Amino acid sequence: MRLFGGLLLSLALTLLGLLVVTFIIGRVMPIDPVLKIVGERATQAQYDAAYRALGLDQPLWRQFAIYVWDVLHGNFGMSISTGHPVVSDLKRVFPATLELAALGTLIGVSVGVPLGVIAAARRGGWIDQIARVVALVGYSMPIFWLGLMGLLVFYGILGWVGGPGRQGILFDGMVTERTGMILIDSLIAGDWAAFRDAFSHIILPATLLGYFSLAYISRMTRSFMLEQMSSEYILTARVKGLSETRVIWRHAFRNIAVPLVTVIALSFASLLEGSVLTEIIFSWPGIGQYVTKAMLAGDMNAVLGGTVVIGTCFIGLNLLSDILYRILDPRSE
Amino acid sequence: MIKSFSLRAGLLASVMAFAPAAFADTPKDVLVVADQIDDIITMDTAQSSEFSGINITNNLYDRLVDFDPLDMEAGFKPALAESWEVSDDHKTITFKMRDGVKFHSGNPVRAEDAAWSLQRAVKLDKGLSFILTQFGLTPDNVDENVKADGDKLIIKLDQPYAYSLVLNSLTASVASVIDKETVLPHVEGDDFGNKWLGQNEAGSGPFTLAAWKPNEQVQLASFAGYWNGEPAMKRVIVRHVQESSAQRLLLEQGDVDVARNLSPTDVEGVETKDTVKIVTEPRGRLLYMGLNQNDKLLSNPAVIEAMKYLVDYKGMEGSFLKGQWKVHQNIVPTGYLGASDDNPWTYDVEKAKKILNDAGITSGTIKTVVRDIADYVNVAQTLQASMAQAGLTLEIQQMTGAQVLDAYRARQVPIFIGEWGTDYADPNTNVSTFAINPNNSPDVKHSELAWRNAWAVPEDLQKKAMAATLEGDADKRKQEYLDIQQEYRDIAPIVPLFQKIGQDAMQKNVDHWNSGGAVASVYYRQVTKGE
Repeated sequence: MRLFGGLLLSLALTLLGLLVVTFIIGRVMPIDPVLKIVGERATQAQYDAAYRALGLDQPLWRQFAIYVWDVLHGNFGMSISTGHPVVSDLKRVFPATLELAALGTLIGVSVGVPLGVIAAARRGGWIDQIARVVALVGYSMPIFWLGLMGLLVFYGILGWVGGPGRQGILFDGMVTERTGMILIDSLIAGDWAAFRDAFSHIILPATLLGYFSLAYISRMTRSFMLEQMSSEYILTARVKGLSETRVIWRHAFRNIAVPLVTVIALSFASLLEGSVLTEIIFSWPGIGQYVTKAMLAGDMNAVLGGTVVIGTCFIGLNLLSDILYRILDPRSE
Repeated sequence: MIKSFSLRAGLLASVMAFAPAAFADTPKDVLVVADQIDDIITMDTAQSSEFSGINITNNLYDRLVDFDPLDMEAGFKPALAESWEVSDDHKTITFKMRDGVKFHSGNPVRAEDAAWSLQRAVKLDKGLSFILTQFGLTPDNVDENVKADGDKLIIKLDQPYAYSLVLNSLTASVASVIDKETVLPHVEGDDFGNKWLGQNEAGSGPFTLAAWKPNEQVQLASFAGYWNGEPAMKRVIVRHVQESSAQRLLLEQGDVDVARNLSPTDVEGVETKDTVKIVTEPRGRLLYMGLNQNDKLLSNPAVIEAMKYLVDYKGMEGSFLKGQWKVHQNIVPTGYLGASDDNPWTYDVEKAKKILNDAGITSGTIKTVVRDIADYVNVAQTLQASMAQAGLTLEIQQMTGAQVLDAYRARQVPIFIGEWGTDYADPNTNVSTFAINPNNSPDVKHSELAWRNAWAVPEDLQKKAMAATLEGDADKRKQEYLDIQQEYRDIAPIVPLFQKIGQDAMQKNVDHWNSGGAVASVYYRQVTKGE
């Protein structure tokens, strides 16, 4: 119980720190949020009225206090770049990114981990070489280019997948919204056509993101594995006459599970941050695009709201990997 | 042997899972438009000043007078007002409301609603309210000067304005007629329902607002009870697609009917397809160069003149601006009363050099900021190259739109390269900002472009611009604007360079597309789709 309380306290402090830093950055940023509201034509009187309406005439500490007070009451304010409450915007954009990032990570893990393990087991072999090339390409290819080429080939020429956007127009708004994640919502509704449509739209961007996390995960898996494989207990296991499969998966792999969890969690979190370029190319209305746009408009409510959500995810995933650490590694208390 | 995860099986499975969905064309009664609509921040016509927002509200609301999308040349026509009368002193216009028209709520459209809508826009004082306040309407006098009387709406003006100016102004979105009874329950404090109308609508237009997801899409549904007949398109879906190449793919696959933001390269690419056509219309947007008169060098008349010869008009029109901008050296855009086709300046470095040398100028450095939009940056860099040939150094710093606007509003942009879009269908929309500067003092913070470039417009020119707003005779008025523009070209440090050409790419079966041309915003009600 004390542990739990301590965790909560550190969580609250971290979040507060996050708010302070973002708020200060937001206020010193050389972008005037008022201009987004009043537009180019505004007279000075119109400008001043909007300036006051935003509360920008208050001292900074007061603005911050008001902001924190509102946030504690679940009110993130209005976004000036969408004209909607930030909370309702986040409810819309976050599930879109969550869905994409989850599927991307799933792809990255299910291919990246085995690839890394095999590459390590057959060090210098052809699978290792392929893994190296795959990772290198993944690190160095501009996602912008890969995304467009993917769209051109799989959507434009082959017609295998859906185009930009989350759904085809015929399915838009047809599935009752529960989680905001269309794949899950359409499953709940039992609407297979909508599910297939949503899947055909998400698979390409998810594969693309998956590829990038694969590149990272497979490299990390490989180096973790190599470290284990050179340990003495592996030698012992081999001497005992255990099969190679057993040595690799039961012994070595079990020991890398712990650091691997952290790698995967961080990779997932970084996808949650929103891959802005992927979202732009695929017209994916996710949180990355949302926060970037808000930033360029000086829309601090939206930026702060988005940061709190992403920051909470980071903290939450860190916490989760800490807990998994304790479960997977019996040595830690 | 390692019993490994079979990569091949995995790949095969995922390929099989790709939905081999049939990508059919869009339904016959649905129009799907790919556009960049991430600038919309409100649906309130009294506040909205952004292109995409007005493109939507233009179809949700009706105005007293409006253009006929099938005959734009005809100019404004009766809409919610069936007819009007101008008093002998030209200071009072009485509109008779059309009978039997209903709002989306089912409420009748009354003169009372029209009066309230105009009063509301003036009192809220947001967005483009100046279109109404330019006739002397203020929050204090508007209840008196805009009044309903039975089925009549009476508007009193402070000057005997040309009635074409007044009626052209009333075609603007800010003059939309709103359903007062529907809005009243949603009024908070003194906001006149601004918050509620930001995300909802209460119009009588051909479409209702079915959904608006910011940065994602807007859906319109046809209004069965529309007084001018229900539109053929039962649904209009405007999707936000940022990338030109993505818009092009969607168009080629038949997933959208219209793509509105194709780059010159992509327009060329789709042009050859026999399923696609390009509809080209001049738009009411000018790309111009503002020379700040606070700058010592730029305020030299020789420099102002020389700069006009240092722009490679044809070169830019034929390369990176190809098909999207045409050379236009006048402040009134093509498509407006009194528009001029005279483009006297050519790219002539030698001439510019001579003008500068005669004035004793052989070198100079100017540091400026340019918004990070490809066209603007390219124009600035082309200018930079030709200025260098004449001995002038231009240093360019790229910034975001908000940053540049901030600096421009503070008169701190030495050479402004950017766009100006018209606000209503009358030449005065541009003349009043390019050629009017009521007070050039740095403290007054006016929003006119002349003020932002610190240009004290000669009294005489301003008088002519004012006089043109009062000229009742259309032919005389046209001539006055031609004269104003000629004088403007000779002396002004704000130099129009190009006019926007709208290129909308669409499926061949889309008929009667109308983007609003130079004078209005997009109309969907007349659009039909053939086989």
